[in-house]
Amino acid sequence: MKLTLKIWRQENTNAKGKMVTYQLDGVDGDMSFLEMMDILNEDLNNKGEEPVEFDHDCREGICGACSMVINGQPHGPQKLTTTCQLHMRKFKDGDTITIEPWRAAAFPVIKDLMVDRSAFDRIQQAGGYISVNTSGNTQDANAIPVEKENADEAFYSATCIGCGACVAACKNASAMLFTSAKISQYALLPQGQVEATTRVENMVRQMDLEGFGNCTNTGACMVECPKGIKLENIARMNREYLKAETIG
Amino acid sequence: MSALVKSSLARKWVMALSGLFLVVFLTQHFVINITSVIAPDTFNEWSHFMGYNPLVQYALQPVLIAGIIIHFVMGIVLEIQNNKARPIKYKSSPGNANASWVSRNMIITGLVVLAFMGLHMYDFWVHEMAYKYVEVNPEDPTRYYEETVEKFAPIWRVVLYVIAFVLLAMHLWHGFNSSFQSMGAKSVNKGEGLKKFTKVWSILIPAGFIFIALFHHLNHTN
Repeated sequence: MKLTLKIWRQENTNAKGKMVTYQLDGVDGDMSFLEMMDILNEDLNNKGEEPVEFDHDCREGICGACSMVINGQPHGPQKLTTTCQLHMRKFKDGDTITIEPWRAAAFPVIKDLMVDRSAFDRIQQAGGYISVNTSGNTQDANAIPVEKENADEAFYSATCIGCGACVAACKNASAMLFTSAKISQYALLPQGQVEATTRVENMVRQMDLEGFGNCTNTGACMVECPKGIKLENIARMNREYLKAETIG
Repeated sequence: MSALVKSSLARKWVMALSGLFLVVFLTQHFVINITSVIAPDTFNEWSHFMGYNPLVQYALQPVLIAGIIIHFVMGIVLEIQNNKARPIKYKSSPGNANASWVSRNMIITGLVVLAFMGLHMYDFWVHEMAYKYVEVNPEDPTRYYEETVEKFAPIWRVVLYVIAFVLLAMHLWHGFNSSFQSMGAKSVNKGEGLKKFTKVWSILIPAGFIFIALFHHLNHTN
């Protein structure tokens, strides 16, 4: 398979980036998208050129590190799939593929396709946890009954891998799907009730401070999320926030 | 509470609440207007009531104007903030692959509706204010039907009405249902009933306004 790749190249955060076109031959349909990028980088190395920087870690769809907007879609054209799990058989010989980094003021480019997603870490640190004394007498998790429906919903929310595709897909670069998933996974469980008020207040405040945009309910985040996190989480966050600010 | 006022979620609620208020207003506006087709005398009677009732004129009308201003100003503020959140745009676009054109372009449909409202205010509200407070004419409960039919005589005005209401329908198609999601309603996602209601309403009411404009234009021509 022969491909034309148009890739965003940017030396560092402050440098002005540009799209650079590369021709790549010998791409196999069974390769993952990241393996295709590896081959490109080998080629560039062999030519003495700077390889393309991109984030990756587990390469099995669970870490959320890989982050590329492929032909305008975060993680590419295949639904419920991270870039590392996207295979080149989804493309055709002779295709031109445009590859860009997540674009958001809150996710500054570090280099090429690699962006700084520490804004998500700070949102999580603002309240995405429960305080539990683990000094030897930890309560068995099964000792607290949880309704099956709530347990399932909390689990689905917790499958968010924090990749940032929701922000990348949203026309407003809003982080509400991520933040709401992290709030929901605790809001649905009895263990999360103790800190429910401060959690939603602090996480929403941090989300706003990071400079993400406002949610306008287009639903693009849910469509592009590789884990299928639902918009319902955002509605739940809105309820939780109103409850926290009015009732307390 | 101070955090609530400043938060991005509060901005969503302001948009949703002001939008829902305008939806209610649009419904009552339609109910009154449709009487001009089926019962002109009733239309005259209700229009006169709306034009001279002190509660409507001095309480509801200012609230309505405030609701319109809040909705549009907040919409423009949000658009500016959202543009700042992505200073460098993507080179490639997914088109409608992950979100509908209507949901992505509420600012365009909204601004067209705003422009139409300028014309609408000039046509009816400014004229009404001049009639009552500048020319200081006596009350005439029989004038409204004839005035309305006369307004729809020029084809250019009818064409503008049709364009504006088609765009309003598009705006409502996303906005009406979306307002419940912003308010945190569970049923938006769990039940389809509310969603279906908002979609049907978004088409029927603007289509009704278009019908009224066409009816009076054709009626006048014939």
